[in-house]
Amino acid sequence: MNKISEDISKDLKDQPKFSSEIGSKDQDHHSFELGEQTTVKKIQHFLHGNPTIVPVIILILSVIGFGFIAGGKFFSAFNLSLIVQQVTIVGILAAAQTLIILTAGIDLSVAAMMVLASVFMGKLSVEMGIPTLPAIMVGMISGVATGAFNGLLVTRLRLPPFIVTLGTWNIFFALVIFFTGSQSIRSSDIEINAPLLHFWGERINLGGFVFTYGAFLMIGIFVFLWFLLNKTAWGRHVYAIGDDKDAAELSGIRTDRMLVSIYAVAGLVVAIGAWVSIGRVGSVSPTSFYEGNLDSITAVVIGGTSLFGGRGTIIGSLFGALIVGVFSSGLSIAGLDVLWQRFALGCLIIIAVGIDQWIRKVSN
Amino acid sequence: MRKLSLVLASFLAVAFTFATMPAKAGSHVVEACLITKTDINPFFVKMKEGAEARANELGVKLSFFAGKIDGDHETQVRAVETCIASGAKGILIAASDTKAIVPVLKNAQDNGLLVIALDTPLEPITAADSTFATDNFKAGELGGAWVAAKLGADAANAKIAMLDLNESQPSVGVLRDQGFLSGFGIDIKDPSRWGDETDSRIICNEVTNGNEEGGRTAMEKCLQRDQDINVVYTINEPAAVGAYEALKAIGKDDGSVLIASVDGGCPGVADVERGIIGATSQQYPLLMASLGVEAIKAWAENGTKPENTPGLDFYNTGVNLVTDNPAAGVDSITVKEGMDRCWG
Repeated sequence: MNKISEDISKDLKDQPKFSSEIGSKDQDHHSFELGEQTTVKKIQHFLHGNPTIVPVIILILSVIGFGFIAGGKFFSAFNLSLIVQQVTIVGILAAAQTLIILTAGIDLSVAAMMVLASVFMGKLSVEMGIPTLPAIMVGMISGVATGAFNGLLVTRLRLPPFIVTLGTWNIFFALVIFFTGSQSIRSSDIEINAPLLHFWGERINLGGFVFTYGAFLMIGIFVFLWFLLNKTAWGRHVYAIGDDKDAAELSGIRTDRMLVSIYAVAGLVVAIGAWVSIGRVGSVSPTSFYEGNLDSITAVVIGGTSLFGGRGTIIGSLFGALIVGVFSSGLSIAGLDVLWQRFALGCLIIIAVGIDQWIRKVSN
Repeated sequence: MRKLSLVLASFLAVAFTFATMPAKAGSHVVEACLITKTDINPFFVKMKEGAEARANELGVKLSFFAGKIDGDHETQVRAVETCIASGAKGILIAASDTKAIVPVLKNAQDNGLLVIALDTPLEPITAADSTFATDNFKAGELGGAWVAAKLGADAANAKIAMLDLNESQPSVGVLRDQGFLSGFGIDIKDPSRWGDETDSRIICNEVTNGNEEGGRTAMEKCLQRDQDINVVYTINEPAAVGAYEALKAIGKDDGSVLIASVDGGCPGVADVERGIIGATSQQYPLLMASLGVEAIKAWAENGTKPENTPGLDFYNTGVNLVTDNPAAGVDSITVKEGMDRCWG
């Protein structure tokens, strides 16, 4: 015991020596090398601090670029407002997808969930004579239920979301074909029996630009989700879970419950998209939006959200969807064959993610 | 508890194996396989229903397979192999890749199966023992000729939107597209692909995936190039419906744009009646399917093979243009008759 206290007092005697030495020693290891930064590095730092700027810049550059390549036709009010209409559904799906991807998950079944919800809305109101609003409610419930189903499988079975939603994509899609026999519910029948289903497809003319109500709803959804993610505890928990699930759990967040709620909210957004899609397409078409799942992921990724979770903004996904629409339209007007449109989109995805990775690698 | 689960699991495995074992040789049930391009296109859904109904009537046991999308060749190859292994007597196939599927079908024939091509002839057509098909080129041609006749002198400065199937250009898409242009009077250059034409009347070739949403987006993209399009060729009726929605959105649903389509399903014929589609070429998938099933039954029982339509290498199940707005010099049937003969 005495030896120990001797050792301790010896150590204590060393303390003042140590602290007095601090003043004199070179303090360089405490500072960050801000020294000489090249312009590229400065840009990289700036982008790192404001990641949403990247998709905005890409969008502006591509609009200007296609303006040159495709000429006046691209810049017309007619065309620009058409692009917004074309990306509305994928945009809403991308909003839902962002929630999932922020948790380091991925949802391959969003489009199938959407079509399933629209089938419920259409079948109940048009073919079974149920009043339209309750039918729409059933569709919403379907969205929440299918979303929660995904969430439960992810949390209870502890399977990767990729695997779970790969399975549920096929399941929901098969159910859609089963319920409809692949037959669409016609636009004219919907117009007669349940015109409310077409509501979000109604158009208004604002100084030459034609927007659908659905486009405004899409923006509203993004604003609402932005508020949810940035101004509420629930939203911050989403980021926390995506960043480090274990740390989130340890800090008191009930991650399993949160995940199910996140998937359910995504499902609700998807169901809203289902209602809007009926306005866009006119009919309830079981075979439509077959590539919607991957299209939504494309928009999210181009919008700067990391597939590894915890990083990214919801507004980025809106710009991502718009960028895809701009490219698709611009290349088409420029007269490019359809397969080159697809090729260009592939290149765009890689470039966009590459830029995002470069920004993340901010180092000294 | 564990031992019980093990016993239960092995019991289930054995029961499952027995349940899926093919019928033993010597049983009197003729087995056949129907392999379609996809199981989501209503055309093939109806084909399957027709085959199933006829098979039930004749006591034929039918197994179904389908690719995931038009062009999914791989799944069809596996389906043929499964069919050979299961002891079936015949294969009915609507092939996604009509050239590449030939070797595995030859394998089936070597194993004693009858190979019947439905809807799309194989290349070469003789690779199948028999073909019950529709002439997709003629189907497109009727539509093109109708539009040209309707426009009369204005056909010389028509503006045509071509709404095709998908980028990989499956044969049905190419035949209908090239048939339409040919019927309209445009030089199609290479008939084995669309998009290589140089006629300035063709404004665009956009793809639709054969559904309404694709049809709408494709039509919009074409309109973005030229808002004065007055002729629209569509690969099938769902795509035509989508195209109509896009035209309606800019107020061009007043009959100034002629939309031609192919398929002849009941919803499609109803759309002709409503004025959404100008004319559609009607095909008969139910007929193809039931004739095919009958052929396999005859082969299994008597070893006889079906006969072709005289003068053709295949049995032509026919195609008719359905319209209430007939054009001089172009054969067509009325909407009422189309409704009587429609499928779906």
